[in-house]
Amino acid sequence: MNMNTLHKSSWTSRLAKGLGLALVGLVLAGCERPIPETVQSGYRGTGMAQVYNARLLEVKTEKNQAPVAIPSPGSDGPKASQAYKNVKVLGNLSVGEFNRLMVSMTSWVAPQEGCAYCHALPNFEDDSKYTKVVARRMVEMTQHINSDWQPHVAQTGVTCYTCHRGEPVPSAIWFKSDPQPQGSNFIGDKAGQNTPSPVVNLSSLPNDPFTPFLLDKQNIRVNGPTALPSGNRQSIKQAEWTYGLMTHMSTSLGVNCTYCHNTQSFQNWENSPPQRVTAWHGIRMARDLNLTFMEPLTEVFPAHRKGPTGDVAKLNCATCHQGAYKPLNGAPMAKDFPELLKPALAAAKVAAK
Amino acid sequence: MADYQNLFTTVQAVGPVHHGVELGHGNSPRTGQPLINYWVGKLGNAQLGPIYLGGLGLASLVFGMIAFTLIGMNMLASVNYDPIQFVRQLFWLSLEPPPPSYGLSMPPLNQGGWFLIVGLFLTASVMFWWARTYRRAVELGMGTHIAWAFAAAIWLFLVLGLFRPILMGSWGEAVPYGIFSHLDWTAAFSLRYGNLFYNPFHALSIVFLYGSALLFAMHGATILAVTRFGGEREIEQITDRGTASERAALFWRWTMGFNATMESIHRWAWWFAVLCPITGGIGILLTGTVVDNWYLWAIKHGVAPPYPEIFPSVVDPALSTGVKP
Repeated sequence: MNMNTLHKSSWTSRLAKGLGLALVGLVLAGCERPIPETVQSGYRGTGMAQVYNARLLEVKTEKNQAPVAIPSPGSDGPKASQAYKNVKVLGNLSVGEFNRLMVSMTSWVAPQEGCAYCHALPNFEDDSKYTKVVARRMVEMTQHINSDWQPHVAQTGVTCYTCHRGEPVPSAIWFKSDPQPQGSNFIGDKAGQNTPSPVVNLSSLPNDPFTPFLLDKQNIRVNGPTALPSGNRQSIKQAEWTYGLMTHMSTSLGVNCTYCHNTQSFQNWENSPPQRVTAWHGIRMARDLNLTFMEPLTEVFPAHRKGPTGDVAKLNCATCHQGAYKPLNGAPMAKDFPELLKPALAAAKVAAK
Repeated sequence: MADYQNLFTTVQAVGPVHHGVELGHGNSPRTGQPLINYWVGKLGNAQLGPIYLGGLGLASLVFGMIAFTLIGMNMLASVNYDPIQFVRQLFWLSLEPPPPSYGLSMPPLNQGGWFLIVGLFLTASVMFWWARTYRRAVELGMGTHIAWAFAAAIWLFLVLGLFRPILMGSWGEAVPYGIFSHLDWTAAFSLRYGNLFYNPFHALSIVFLYGSALLFAMHGATILAVTRFGGEREIEQITDRGTASERAALFWRWTMGFNATMESIHRWAWWFAVLCPITGGIGILLTGTVVDNWYLWAIKHGVAPPYPEIFPSVVDPALSTGVKP
């Protein structure tokens, strides 16, 4: 090997090395831009941190703006129940307040379709459209959430817009999945999982964790209370269903596991952030609303609004949260609509006594 | 002079291709015409073939192909026999073990029956292959170290799919056959049993896994570094220690004060490798059968540090009265 060839080979190998290093750098840099910000949220060394990407956060903030409320005309004047026929839930509002809420609801739920989406015009009192029957029940549901589920919604509360966002059907709803939609019945069962479903963030986890947990009252907790076996018969498969529900919650709120858990021990409450308590109530709230409000409306909805197995649309965490840790990033929208904060019927009953 | 500074083998010693020694009674003839390939010689030996199939090899391949086909057909059926969806969803598709409610009984085919049948064929295939590695080593007059190292891996395989499910009384505890699904199973296993990182046998297994990689890197690098002095003739240097061996030993004594020998390094590597699945298998076997919650076990025995409670207001809402159910 003479000096000339040595020189040549070292020149080419240097170039190759440089290119190789550049490639490694590109791979290590990853695809995320800009560099995300990490905020510690728990005790040091526990890895409890939330990761924020300024670019994605901006998109999320834009999507979660609350609309400006129409100024209230005041509670003076005749009541809606006196001025209009067939007002069952909001009858104790003044005509001005009542019309303000109707106009607001139109802009929240059916801005394209207008009044005629629910009302069989020109007979506003007519109940023949299913949308009107559903809307009345949904107003009651909103009042129920704001008055009875404060452990979850606190003083912020919800309005129709929290879920609807200007669409007649909220974008995030769920139906029961068809257990084996195609093929034979002796081979190829997916066991409710192993599909790239956005519900579980494209993992292969069970992709309908809602039927067992947000409709039925199956056990979400899989960990046992003792170090050694003492009768806890929860299986690994059940853990996968819980994992599916938790993945849905994480995606719906745009947070990671450590928002609610110290991953040293997922079950341990003593080392969990307070958000976990709020989420615990949220699971119970979703279950209550699905059972008390959505399921009984099954017969009211037409077939094209129902799922593949003929069940009614139901709600989960994403229905309100839509990617934000607090729906609409915590904008206190409901305070401008006191009629949505408490059950109007109960209030009317108290007034009558 | 040729040196060994490259990733690829620069010297290819090629003689006339041959079938190997005559095999005794009870052996089948070897299959395939041997050939020399230059590019294969860049990585390993330039001679390809012949292969020894034999009765055990044939049985292993047949049973293995049946298991492979049954898994594939189940995956294909789960996407309604759509080849495009089969490819697109391949990493998600899986053959699942039966629901835990069936216990150790035989479930319907579509509820885990196929899974158990596949398990039977796959286990038979692996066992035949193990017997093949043992028999071939004996026929060549070798020790059976390779077969026993393979047996260590089979131990972990059997713990996961056979021993532990039987001890737990449910085939539903077994690992699904699928790419993502077996990874999700692993995460769910840790979640169910209170954080597997507090399982000391899991920790040992990781030590031997990473340790194996470290030893392999150290040994490979050492031998490559002294091949210019003939260091790749490792076995000869066990008894006739030349300058390559002396320099390699001196390097490690200088840098860490202690060194393996040309012989002992291979024992280190073998034990590190086999102890990885052996300790891992023990850890899996104890989980759920002897220990139900590794976090609580670790707290109880002072293994895990209890962190200060920095969220003092948080209590399990299921315990407090007057809240929504």
